[in-house]
Amino acid sequence: METVKIAPAKETTTVPVARKKRKWTADHWLATAFLAPSVVLIFLFVYGFIGWTGYVSVSNWNSLVPDWSFAGLKNYQYLFQDFRFQADLRNTIVFTVLFIAVVIVLGQLLAILLDQKLRGESLFRNIFFFPMALSFVVTGVVWQWLFNPSTGVNLFLKPLGLDSKWYTDTTILGGFQWGKIEFGIPLAMIAVVVAAVWQMTGFAVAMYLAGLRAIPDEVREAARMDGATELQLYWKIILPLLRPITVSVIIIMAHISLKIFDLIYAMTGPGANFVTDVPGVYMFETTFRGNYYANGAAIAIVMLLSVAIFIVPYLISSRKGES
Amino acid sequence: MAKQLWARPFLYLLALAMSVFFLLPVYVMIVTSLKPLDEVTLADMWKLPSAVDWSSYATAFEKLAPNFWNSILLVVPATLLSALLGSLNGYVLSKWKFKGADTLFTLILFGMFIPYQSILIPLIQFLREIGLYNTIPGLVFVHVVYGIPITTLMFRNFYAAIPDEMIESAKIDGAGFVRIFRYIMLPLSITGFVVVAIWQFTNIWNEFLFAVTITTSDKQPIMVALQNLSGSQIVQWNVQMAGALLAALPTLFVYIFLGKYFVRGLLAGSVKG
Repeated sequence: METVKIAPAKETTTVPVARKKRKWTADHWLATAFLAPSVVLIFLFVYGFIGWTGYVSVSNWNSLVPDWSFAGLKNYQYLFQDFRFQADLRNTIVFTVLFIAVVIVLGQLLAILLDQKLRGESLFRNIFFFPMALSFVVTGVVWQWLFNPSTGVNLFLKPLGLDSKWYTDTTILGGFQWGKIEFGIPLAMIAVVVAAVWQMTGFAVAMYLAGLRAIPDEVREAARMDGATELQLYWKIILPLLRPITVSVIIIMAHISLKIFDLIYAMTGPGANFVTDVPGVYMFETTFRGNYYANGAAIAIVMLLSVAIFIVPYLISSRKGES
Repeated sequence: MAKQLWARPFLYLLALAMSVFFLLPVYVMIVTSLKPLDEVTLADMWKLPSAVDWSSYATAFEKLAPNFWNSILLVVPATLLSALLGSLNGYVLSKWKFKGADTLFTLILFGMFIPYQSILIPLIQFLREIGLYNTIPGLVFVHVVYGIPITTLMFRNFYAAIPDEMIESAKIDGAGFVRIFRYIMLPLSITGFVVVAIWQFTNIWNEFLFAVTITTSDKQPIMVALQNLSGSQIVQWNVQMAGALLAALPTLFVYIFLGKYFVRGLLAGSVKG
């Protein structure tokens, strides 16, 4: 649950001053010395350890005893031909797409709703936001109970002729053969998406709301003067103005959903036929329960790469936006 | 303005419907936790308990209390240390910029997006080596280290709003790195510390992956213990729900009383403003 977008660190010293050669004083050394421990820690514990994990992923360490002999890409080859990992990839894609789509639509809808100067607005806002303060473990435990197939929401849906098996359902919607698995939407994932949406929508609402508040009233007034209806105002003017926020929301939600572990581990586990399994859960179980360290490291590296695809361009572009 | 007549009630209806969606789990959590086990039947899930029964809270508390305490021992030092480290880093990276400072900052920032699975195997080996595996101080250390990116980001953005002229004039008056931090930055960063501390407190309290892999049994923080409750043979849903509520209480309280700062932490930097 973190956010980025590096706010412009104001360089109030303008061109002529910046030209002036900065004097490197003892204080600058002191400043650097204060920063140094953190930099060392990050380089060691983030970059160094990633490298180390990468090394484990190409080793033969698949038992309790470390075996550092070189295995080449054997572990990756194994993974991509593994039924479970293929299912994980499908589930992650489905989960990420559905989760982000719903969060964006619901987030915009609720933010606009809260922007209508309703009575009790702050109460509604708090109701939409509070799940963010909870742990994914708590969310998982509660929604596991709510989506229990023989009870929960089904008690309401049964009279309507619906009787979903929720996260115990092994149906794959719109499936076609893909490697060893059937690609499509695993129905069991819907329950997980609902729980994740419940927890994370507030995040998007908060961001969109901040965006809406930043749009000057003159913009709305001008549109209304020109005879735009409220619907046109939002559809044609406000929503396009919120697009940069949507980019941030996508990045933040994508990196959460690509590495999701605790929610699914607490709520459903891998599920029958791995219908709710994700790489995070597989990595945990195969490494720490099965002692397949090299395989676990390979899963971790795949996860890292999938997150990096989103994050690295985003970080680079925010850095450029700053200077 | 005729459309307003039907539009307003519709908006309220929508807001109410969405509120029901968000509050539903809380309702179920509370009513289930107040039922004796024989009333926690699947068919009666939505019904109120026939009489309030606190016994599931007693059971849950008995099982979770040691882990609750572990979490407090973890979260207090980890929050304080990472806030302090973040404020120093943010101060240097916003007010004592050197060549390559921004690139370095971006490199630090990357650390908060990585899936922690990708550092977990070496991390555990390392903690075993230095004897901090399966200890609370070990978890504190881990959260301080991996909290560096987010706390640095928050403080850097926070300090960016303090005008450079103030620093410059302090320098002219002969104040150095430490004095400027002590007498200018720190007094101005109370809000920053509140925001960062709340953010770290919430995240560390709720964290699960490090907790479940770095600690075992009696050293485990609350979220792992909560998850373990469901691992037992028969799931006692009333105890589960009471436990979930107990585990959520500290962060919920923080949200209820300091929600404004929580949302500020969330937005810290995410929206330009």
